[in-house]
Amino acid sequence: MVLTRHLFSFPPSAPLPMTLFPQGWTHYLVGGLTIGLGVGVLFALTGLIGGMSSVYSSTWSFMVRRPFFQEPRLVSSRVWRLAYAAGLIVGAFVWWLAFGDGVRVVVSIPPWQLALGGVLVGYGARMSRGCTSGHGICGLASLKLPSLLAVLTFMTTAFITANLLARVGGS
Amino acid sequence: MLKSALGAGALFGFGLAFSTMIQPRVVLSFLRFQDMGLMLVLGGAVVATFLAYRFVPKLLKRPLLSGSFGAHESVMDHSTIVGAAIFGIGWGITGVCPGPAIAGLGAGSWELLYAIAGIALGALLQGLMAGRSTNARRN
Repeated sequence: MVLTRHLFSFPPSAPLPMTLFPQGWTHYLVGGLTIGLGVGVLFALTGLIGGMSSVYSSTWSFMVRRPFFQEPRLVSSRVWRLAYAAGLIVGAFVWWLAFGDGVRVVVSIPPWQLALGGVLVGYGARMSRGCTSGHGICGLASLKLPSLLAVLTFMTTAFITANLLARVGGS
Repeated sequence: MLKSALGAGALFGFGLAFSTMIQPRVVLSFLRFQDMGLMLVLGGAVVATFLAYRFVPKLLKRPLLSGSFGAHESVMDHSTIVGAAIFGIGWGITGVCPGPAIAGLGAGSWELLYAIAGIALGALLQGLMAGRSTNARRN
């Protein structure tokens, strides 16, 4: 729908790439730079590398006594990682106060899909030791080859999965 | 230290919300090739982070509030790739990844609690499985 509107809103001579960003592109770039600024500020102040998926493992170290969850890398980082995660909520709330239209952002993906996909997201990201931020932002910014391969791999399987699901009518 | 992490996280969360990455349908529209915005978000974040990782250690001897700069730990083994493949399947199902799942709560998207519960369960299972295989190797 949106795509069609924009296809017709441009002059007929407009090249097809104009439709790469049917919602505009500035908010994407500004948002991305702000994300990187956050990761950069964390590094400048504390020297820490701020991926996001580790918090899902390190927080278990408060409850699970198994050796894996008591490793120093998880135990020693679990408090700042929780503060970092809490910051995410604060930041999105500030955005909502400043730019939200007064109603909450509704997510219309079915709960079972969120939960089931979530299990794979959590299992895979921790097995790979990074996610879209750990490999995608911190790893690529550090010019690490394993992270580049991880990003190419998860992009590929995500493209395939999302398009297959769209074909069978998932949301 | 904690205030730094909170503040840095807030910038991160603001950026995720501003770029609409806290909305799974926008992420899914990227994965279905309908809107390439996610590439700009990732590209912008990587460039800004690259500049920080590259130049902050040249300007400062050590971080402003701690002893030394860390480095991204990078290991190349089959878990890196197999894990990434599994992560991608989940990402393709939900349009949700670990950071935005948490950030979205700040915009009132409480449905994301289902995703957070799933991710936390997945991380728990991964730790239990990894712990078991480590023990098996030790024995």
